[in-house]
Amino acid sequence: MSGAVAAQEAAYLSLRRQRRLSTVLGAAIFLACLLTAGWVSEFHPATLAAGVPRIGEYFGRIAPSLEWSKLFSGSGTEGSLAFWFYRLDKWAWLLFETAQMAALATLMGATAALLLAFPAARNLRLPAWAYQGARRLLEATRTVPEIVFALIFVWAFGVGALAGILAIALHTAGALGKLFADAMENIEMRPWEGVRASGGSWLQACRYAVLPAAAPDLLSYALLRFEINLRSASVIGFVGAGGIGEELYNVISFNYYEEISAIILLIILAVMCIDLVSERLRMRIIEVVS
Amino acid sequence: MLEIDGLTRHFGGTRAVDGVSLRIPDGQMVGVIGRSGAGKSTLLRLINRLVEPTAGSIRFGGRDVSTLRGQALRDWRTGCAMVFQQFNLVQRLDVLTNVLIGRLNHRRGALAHLASLFAHFSAAERATALATLDRFDLLGTALQRADTLSGGQQQRVAICRALMQQPRILLADEPIASLDPQNARVVMDALRQVNRQDGLTVLVNLHHLDTARAYCDRIVAMQQGRVMFDGAPGELTADRVAMIYGVSEAEFHGHAAPLTGSGIAMPAGALA
Repeated sequence: MSGAVAAQEAAYLSLRRQRRLSTVLGAAIFLACLLTAGWVSEFHPATLAAGVPRIGEYFGRIAPSLEWSKLFSGSGTEGSLAFWFYRLDKWAWLLFETAQMAALATLMGATAALLLAFPAARNLRLPAWAYQGARRLLEATRTVPEIVFALIFVWAFGVGALAGILAIALHTAGALGKLFADAMENIEMRPWEGVRASGGSWLQACRYAVLPAAAPDLLSYALLRFEINLRSASVIGFVGAGGIGEELYNVISFNYYEEISAIILLIILAVMCIDLVSERLRMRIIEVVS
Repeated sequence: MLEIDGLTRHFGGTRAVDGVSLRIPDGQMVGVIGRSGAGKSTLLRLINRLVEPTAGSIRFGGRDVSTLRGQALRDWRTGCAMVFQQFNLVQRLDVLTNVLIGRLNHRRGALAHLASLFAHFSAAERATALATLDRFDLLGTALQRADTLSGGQQQRVAICRALMQQPRILLADEPIASLDPQNARVVMDALRQVNRQDGLTVLVNLHHLDTARAYCDRIVAMQQGRVMFDGAPGELTADRVAMIYGVSEAEFHGHAAPLTGSGIAMPAGALA
């Protein structure tokens, strides 16, 4: 008996030795990969050290020159908040437009994602060509960055929000479609069998057995995507695809330092607001749906 | 008449169903018994075509149904409704919609099919569904979500869904295996009622011989995919059970046998 116990103890010790060895080996390989990656991508500590102060310098330049005594004076007085945000009306409108772009793009993208997710869910067993086709299409649309799509659409449709909306919608379809399909693959398959066994078609089974079960997840992902898209819509204007990004790009290229900080502050505030509101909304909706 | 000839299904190396042949006249209530893995479940799934046969044929009313495809297959499935051990309801939908799912294949044409995706059911269909729920004492639950119901209630909802299909045959795969004795009796009574009042052929998989004896006109005993006994309940004596399974009836049921004896007593005059 004690012999068997001793043998187990020995086996345990050797197993632990083995695990330690593989942990050390894994860490060494990881470090080597990290160093290689840094070397290849020219992430030199020296360059970093030289550049960091310059970042501070840039922030120093774009910082507004506010004066306490004049802080709440009119827009004509230099050093006041109103002077800093002298074009607030225009920027607010652009921000609003940006939010609308994000909302529309999310809606369009989510709709396309939903339609593609059913064939892309392996457990719903469509023929291989449909499954592979849907999966590859989703991959293609999500690997290409929004800004590249935006460049193409600006070239095709001209400068404006339409190009930005289409670009974000396309990327959203790919990114959300994969998440949607994965959520559908995680559902319980018994209701599916129930609908199929009663003579329901594939579409009817998707509608009655899959959609109700996956709905809370789908909604949660879509709302999260809306937050991400608001950020995307803020920068996509850099290539002329509408929204506040275009204005931001202009003031950066013309070195209107104080305006840069004002716009960035506005964007940060807007994203924060949306984050807070949509988080609440998401929780509330999920509570109601589930 | 449901005619099954040499029906066989292999899963890899194992023969889940092995050359089963049965003739089941319309309106019979047949209990299929056997231990776990005897092939009862696969047999029922083969009939509904949830599982494809490796060999053999299934005929109903003289028509071969084992090779049907597309709309014809869906029509066959609608005609032989299925009730499952785990009820297979859509948990997050209300009871009424779950019952109306039995009507999905009753609409013809692409437009009607499209309309069904928007949960569009006619007032007549809703009325029938509510009447069916009322018949099984479930009317009050019609607007509740399916997952708020007890197991016994859910299984009766599943029976309502099956009846909405207006089937000729009802296949029940271990319908009471997940239920307590009280609920098991209510569900078995419901199946018997469907058999007697609606004249449906009922094939029900059961774990326990006593339940089968109490409710069925005919018993089919399976062992390792084969039919070992096929006859009236009275003929399945303790000796026959011992011969087929090599163990006594008590051993056949194992230690945990909650549904035997008083738990699921035969309803008075049920066999009269």
